[in-house]
Amino acid sequence: MSNVSVDANQSASNEQPQSSNRRKFLTVATSVIGGVGAVGAAIPFVASWNPSAKAKAAGADIEVDISGVAPGQLIRVMWRSKPVWIVRRTPELLASLEGIEDQLRDPSSEQEQQPLYAQNRYRSIKEEYLVLVGICTHLGCSPQHLADGAFAEYAEGVPEGFFCPCHGSKFDMAGRVFQGVPAPLNLVVPPYQFLTDTTLLIGSDA
Amino acid sequence: MKKLILAIALLLPSLAFAAGSKHPLDDADYDLTDKASLQNGARIFMNYCLGCHQQQYQRYSRTFADLDIPDEIGQEYLQFTGEKVTDYITSPMPAESSATWFGAPPPDLTLVARVRGADWIYTYLRTFYVDDSKTFGVNNLTFPNVGMPHVLQELQGTPRISYEDALIDGETVKQYVGIQSDGDGELSPEEYDQAILDLVNYLQYTGEPSRLASEKLGKGVLVFIFIFFIFAYLLKKDYWRDVKK
Amino acid sequence: MNGFLNWIEQRIPMMRVANQHAIQYPAPVNMNFWYVFGFLATIVLVNQIITGIWLTMNFEPSAERAFFSVEYIMREIDFGWLIRYMHSTGASAFFIVVYMHMFRGMIYGSYQKPRELLWVFGMLIYLALMAEAFMGYVLPWGQMSYWGAQVIVSLFSAIPVIGPDLVIWIQGDYVISGATLNRFFALHVIALPLVIVILVFLHIIALHEVGSNNPDGIAIKHKKGSLAEEDKTKYKIHEYYTDKYDIADDIVPFFPHIVLKDLVAFSIFLGGFAYIMFFAPEMGGYFLEHPNFEIANPLKTPEHIFPVWYFTPFYAILKAVPDKLFGVLAMFGAIAALFALPWVDRGSVRSWRYRSGLHTWNLIIFAIVFIFLGYLGGTPQADWKIVASQILTVMYFGFFGLLWIYSKNEKTKPVPERITK
Repeated sequence: MSNVSVDANQSASNEQPQSSNRRKFLTVATSVIGGVGAVGAAIPFVASWNPSAKAKAAGADIEVDISGVAPGQLIRVMWRSKPVWIVRRTPELLASLEGIEDQLRDPSSEQEQQPLYAQNRYRSIKEEYLVLVGICTHLGCSPQHLADGAFAEYAEGVPEGFFCPCHGSKFDMAGRVFQGVPAPLNLVVPPYQFLTDTTLLIGSDA
Repeated sequence: MKKLILAIALLLPSLAFAAGSKHPLDDADYDLTDKASLQNGARIFMNYCLGCHQQQYQRYSRTFADLDIPDEIGQEYLQFTGEKVTDYITSPMPAESSATWFGAPPPDLTLVARVRGADWIYTYLRTFYVDDSKTFGVNNLTFPNVGMPHVLQELQGTPRISYEDALIDGETVKQYVGIQSDGDGELSPEEYDQAILDLVNYLQYTGEPSRLASEKLGKGVLVFIFIFFIFAYLLKKDYWRDVKK
Repeated sequence: MNGFLNWIEQRIPMMRVANQHAIQYPAPVNMNFWYVFGFLATIVLVNQIITGIWLTMNFEPSAERAFFSVEYIMREIDFGWLIRYMHSTGASAFFIVVYMHMFRGMIYGSYQKPRELLWVFGMLIYLALMAEAFMGYVLPWGQMSYWGAQVIVSLFSAIPVIGPDLVIWIQGDYVISGATLNRFFALHVIALPLVIVILVFLHIIALHEVGSNNPDGIAIKHKKGSLAEEDKTKYKIHEYYTDKYDIADDIVPFFPHIVLKDLVAFSIFLGGFAYIMFFAPEMGGYFLEHPNFEIANPLKTPEHIFPVWYFTPFYAILKAVPDKLFGVLAMFGAIAALFALPWVDRGSVRSWRYRSGLHTWNLIIFAIVFIFLGYLGGTPQADWKIVASQILTVMYFGFFGLLWIYSKNEKTKPVPERITK
């Protein structure tokens, strides 16, 4: 070992191969353990971004008393900071829904915008009550509920529906999207259940 | 001159708190893993303390989850004014009124165990004694002239302090002997001490709900660090073997 | 891969800088236990920054919400308690490490020529760190946060003429209030960390320019051509050094030797740090003070107001002097004296290994005085403590006075030519 410049990373020429293997093993082992440690240390920081207890509390299910909702009336509640509409539909309105199916993009609700129990003609558990998340599936504005013939201005022959003022998307009184509008999907039906005949729980299935 | 006044003004309030020599503290042998004790402590707190004191940094739901209390049972036995399970533990007493009635608003008790220590609280709740010269008829050896009534008297019974005459350095002095209950409380002295210990256990928990999780995780982390140390040390030694000394 | 690296290297000298400063940098072979603390300080700095950023995600810097938001982090954010304890333990760990680091500089004469500026940068980091820690402690808005700030900020009123107005200006209000908290938050979160990071960068540049000192206090870089071939190092060292100097056989390359040494030190440090964090984050009330778990109450002064342990020696010096203005001057003078160390020490032998017994005693007594002053500054007042802190304050400044006197013609031992153990 006289005039040879030895790279610090290389073993000297007269070293045993075992020590080189030992060095390799120790290097790999230490690196792997260090790597695991680094990942472990990162976990608390990543996890801290999960919704906090406050967010979970605010996002909890809400109970809605629907005993005071008259036929034809729409009420609005907030669930997870989103507007949720509950509409008590009249039998005439329900009957009229069949006739317009050729104007709709997804009349049978084949796209997954609702729980299984709402994947039916009226998109609800009980025909009478419609529960929808009031956010347009285009870019997120909240559509207006137009009743008493006011909706016919936008969809001929359809007296009642939801009209989104931002870009003109239209939805029927089952939340189904019309063809020829920017919105691609039916309005979302949230998970919900009937606790009693007059109490809804919005946010979870039965 | 102004600086002198400022210095005195800063120090004066502290004189109020420097009053009296300290009463020795008893050892509070609490056990945070004893769920039954914690549940009893929670029950005592909600029934006796929540009337005036809050725990506004702690949610009911957190307490229920950590103490293995099902939500329905917790709502029935521990919540009295119709709050949601996820609500913070607040007191119905309005702050302005309590300030008028007690002189100062009853402090929030979420973190009291971290401020005063478990031993202090344990001793404090067991050193009330009858004192007719006080507003609420009681005084306290650990916190002299405290503005708090003895809320737990119905459990302990009437606590009476006793002194005896002792001869010290040639003088007859009144020496403190102890505090004894008249026996008219719901609990015996041992049961009362245990109840207070449960309450202290609960307060220790609410001060730092993450303590048990922290120690559990810590054990694993220390083992891991030790293993890493072994390999780092061997690797370092290997490279340094060739270094001339 | 090589082509890509070359493309980068021609445009920004990543590899050259890495080699020059972190790989082929010559480090003395006898760097001992005292030499790990610079590396550990950098680790703790990174820890404070990362945990600090994460705390800022949920901390609410208003007088009304600050205390609550800290408990919110502790209880409702997943692992929030762990991030909070990493930050609080890190703050105290920072000062433990920095004090050891400074003491190393004192015993081995690392502040002497040509490292005076290195020492000054270090002292500036220390000053910035103290300001950073002080303001950080105010943020949780506990009783000690509030009253500690009240006492320390009011010290500035001692300054003649402008004092009282200066205090109001600093507070942003007639008393410590939300306005103070808000500005301390801004300074603590971004302004001072930037300053500290820049100063640390300059500190390391200054170090690498003159090279590391060592426990013998002698040179490892010798005049070019002055060493025989067998006395030169066999390791590959960067031309930046070998072009100008003959590097003696007393060195190891920074990578992997010193990096591995630091890694072992890091794992030991981490073990102690983790133990405290998971099992004893309050450290008996020294790392997290008990009164601070009570929300700030301007109408209720705590029985005893102390700064956190790392400030207590200077707090003792402040209290030792009966006059307010001179107390403040003494306190800042104690720090200024440290700044002046390279010029107070007129000797040319660096390490205490080869200096007089008087110097060894002077250093040891200085350390004991510092610790004892800390005890006096952090415990309730008593008559004997006032006298004791006055004596110890004199002894503190006496260290510098004595050093200045005997360093001119000190009886030193012969300094070795080459590195010993």
